[in-house]
Amino acid sequence: MIFEDEPVPGYPLPILPGHTSPGRLERVLRAGVFAVTAELAPPDSADPDDVYRRARVFDGYVDAINATDGSGANCHMSSLAVCALLTRVGYAPVMQISCRDRNRIAIQGDILGGAAMGVCNILCLTGDGVQVGDHPQAKPVFDLDCISLLTIARALRDEHHFESGRKITFAPRVFLGAAENPSVPPYEWRAQRLAKKVAAGAQLIQTQYCYDTVLLRDFMRRVEDLGLIGQAFILIGVGPLRSAKAAEWMRTHVPGMHIPDAIIKRLSGAQDQAREGRNICVELIQECRSILGVSGVHVMAYRQEESVAEAIDRSGVLAGRVPWFPERDRGQPLSRAIQ
Amino acid sequence: MYAVRLWSTRHARGLERFYRSFESMLVRLHGIARAIGYARLERPVAGVERVVKGFLFDCQMCGQCVLSSTGMSCPMNCPKNLRNGPCGGVRGDGRCEVKPEMRCVWVEAYHGSQRIAGGVQAMQALQHAVDRRLQGTSSWLRVAREKAGALGRTTP
Repeated sequence: MIFEDEPVPGYPLPILPGHTSPGRLERVLRAGVFAVTAELAPPDSADPDDVYRRARVFDGYVDAINATDGSGANCHMSSLAVCALLTRVGYAPVMQISCRDRNRIAIQGDILGGAAMGVCNILCLTGDGVQVGDHPQAKPVFDLDCISLLTIARALRDEHHFESGRKITFAPRVFLGAAENPSVPPYEWRAQRLAKKVAAGAQLIQTQYCYDTVLLRDFMRRVEDLGLIGQAFILIGVGPLRSAKAAEWMRTHVPGMHIPDAIIKRLSGAQDQAREGRNICVELIQECRSILGVSGVHVMAYRQEESVAEAIDRSGVLAGRVPWFPERDRGQPLSRAIQ
Repeated sequence: MYAVRLWSTRHARGLERFYRSFESMLVRLHGIARAIGYARLERPVAGVERVVKGFLFDCQMCGQCVLSSTGMSCPMNCPKNLRNGPCGGVRGDGRCEVKPEMRCVWVEAYHGSQRIAGGVQAMQALQHAVDRRLQGTSSWLRVAREKAGALGRTTP
């Protein structure tokens, strides 16, 4: 999929009617194709090349790259900076904003700053508690929650004002996202919570890992019953598990992580557990594709990022489509390049 | 107290009903309150509110009470201060991600709101970001003044 109005990398796309952002993720989703996003773990370094190296492994396989914001309450390069580096060369990052570390003054500033740096997608998150990270002695902020953050971000974009009511002169043109976790209690209310996020402005939903497809299908049925399909694009979180032991560790230590016993049993019974983990991931991606209302997958492969391309390839969900990457259109004439 | 807090969500229906009549009484007393002066009433009323709601709900006196839309489970007891529903970190057994020794405030809220007529519907209301300046002030007085104002009840 090469857009007719493909700009010089690093410049925004024209905003089409009915779109809110000049980004390629919104373009891909609204075109109705099965989208793929992946999570980039920001480096513990100040070297921009570390960011580019981590992005390059996804080249040709993902439509957008999520830059996490201190995920797991661990300190890393900021999501805003990672996104600013990525947009410079034309990537479509999703800037994650967690409510854990900053108050509304800082967050609104980052939304304006991110948009100014070419960020077109923002994912509004609550954030993991500080107790799970490497700085449990830190002060948790939580001035906002993900839904009040969505409301504020939408007001910045659509009503051109800060939470205080003070006007801004140029609105951030962003596609707004939020997370959901279908695999944890209160199960019956999770779809309604998603409805609440959509009501607050979420256009994109990226879920936590969904290893339990029974819970996932149940959740999607409720989403359908609430009439939410078509109101937001839902990408299901998937990822390869390295081994049965790693899976066991993750479900005890990573907040919101639910891995059914059957998956762990399947892993522990395999000769090559890492290979089996990747097989499960491919199967999950394929299953997601078959569920009504699912617009794509969000691949989180922490410390196994190099396996993402292969998993996407094997799943066949791109159906021959090559998502944009810096070298893709080299040699192709750029029609209607930025004037 | 944690045990009382759980009792309160189990008895959300009765408590909510009681609060409704209590609130309409407060609204009726608006004229008197205005004559005495809301500012003068603030300290004693906030003191009573702190004791009563502190006992029943472990109230944190945020000053903008939403108990009626949270099944009588105070969202300010959530370690992340979430006012719009649970986070994605709730444990499989319904316990809190941050404080595993307690049940998730929002799992409790969901149970409590199922006991109140229209409670689950009320949970869908979008709660705006908390105004931190109201911390420690009386929510009762604020609601009474606002509702009486909305009704145009200016005479005693």
